[in-house]
Amino acid sequence: MRFPTYTLIAAMLFAATPALAGDYTLGKLDIDRPWTRATPPGAKAAGGFVTIANSSAEDDRLVSASAIFAGRVELHTMDMTDGVMKMRHLPDGIPVPAGETVSLAPGGLHVMFMELKEPISEATPVPVSLTFEKAGTIEIEMSVAKPGAPAPENHKHMHDEGKN
Amino acid sequence: MSRRALSILAGAVLALVLAIVAVATMNLSPSGQSGGGSGTADIGGAFTLTGEDGTIVTEADFVGKPTAIFFGFTFCPDVCPTTLYELSGLIEALGPDADKLNYAFVSVDWQRDGPAELARYTSSFDDRIRGLAGTEEQIEAITKAYRVYYKKIPTDDGDYTIDHTASVYLMDGEGGFVGTLSYGEAHDSMLEKLKRLAASA
Ligand SMILES: [Cu+2]
Repeated sequence: MRFPTYTLIAAMLFAATPALAGDYTLGKLDIDRPWTRATPPGAKAAGGFVTIANSSAEDDRLVSASAIFAGRVELHTMDMTDGVMKMRHLPDGIPVPAGETVSLAPGGLHVMFMELKEPISEATPVPVSLTFEKAGTIEIEMSVAKPGAPAPENHKHMHDEGKN
Repeated sequence: MSRRALSILAGAVLALVLAIVAVATMNLSPSGQSGGGSGTADIGGAFTLTGEDGTIVTEADFVGKPTAIFFGFTFCPDVCPTTLYELSGLIEALGPDADKLNYAFVSVDWQRDGPAELARYTSSFDDRIRGLAGTEEQIEAITKAYRVYYKKIPTDDGDYTIDHTASVYLMDGEGGFVGTLSYGEAHDSMLEKLKRLAASA
């Protein structure tokens, strides 16, 4: 009996990684660690972050996102050059090429929640919908870290391990 | 080559040189300042802004204590809250020494951020970080004095975002420029700089 290689790899990865709440699969896309931050009172905008791995042979693209708690949701990039922060809307979305992993993370790509209808409060996950050109739409929940936190609380430990 | 083309070229070269000089000056760290720091002597200066409670705040209010001051806006989804969060963590890590410094967050968004907006926004972070608002003229003046870049960028929906310098400026007790904390700098390195600044108080 033969297993396709990717099944074996997936099985090995699954065995090596404890199952984490908040990780999703949509077709051949793994959508992991979605998180955002609680907003300070009166804040009108927030950034959402997630890691997307495309294990298919076909390029895909995150084309849009939406959320009931925000009047507008866009896909943005942020860039820091010579100490100057520049943020821009990506009207064409974020490419997720075949076989690659794309990270939306602080200091770079993000889901931009604007015209917040209510504050995002700590420890209450928020529902967000992500739409991909090929894989379609998925409803996910983003965990909520403290305002301005550099990483989602429950994953900080893993990140540190990975770096050392 | 025509005279016009030549003068445009000369202008471009001059602009480039000025930009390089400006960037080189901005990146000076406290340790790089031992050589005299004449290029950095004119970062900082007089300003008039409004505090969270509506009172006027000027450079005179900060004299006597070194200051960590940075620029942003409350619509900023990432860099500004991240810096406020970092700075809050650094203040906590400094312990009792933290009270030897002033901390200020100046909003360059003079159109949308007033004292009340800043008071609410900064309430999520360490109490010692003071939000400062200003009119267009006042923000123009302080950003010029601190050589802070900021530029309003219109967005599709008729709104705008603001490109801006994200570094935290460290000033001594007389208001003289000491160095910067840059976005993404390691926590320990930033803490070290603040400790040195507090020790100089
Ligand atoms: Cu954004």
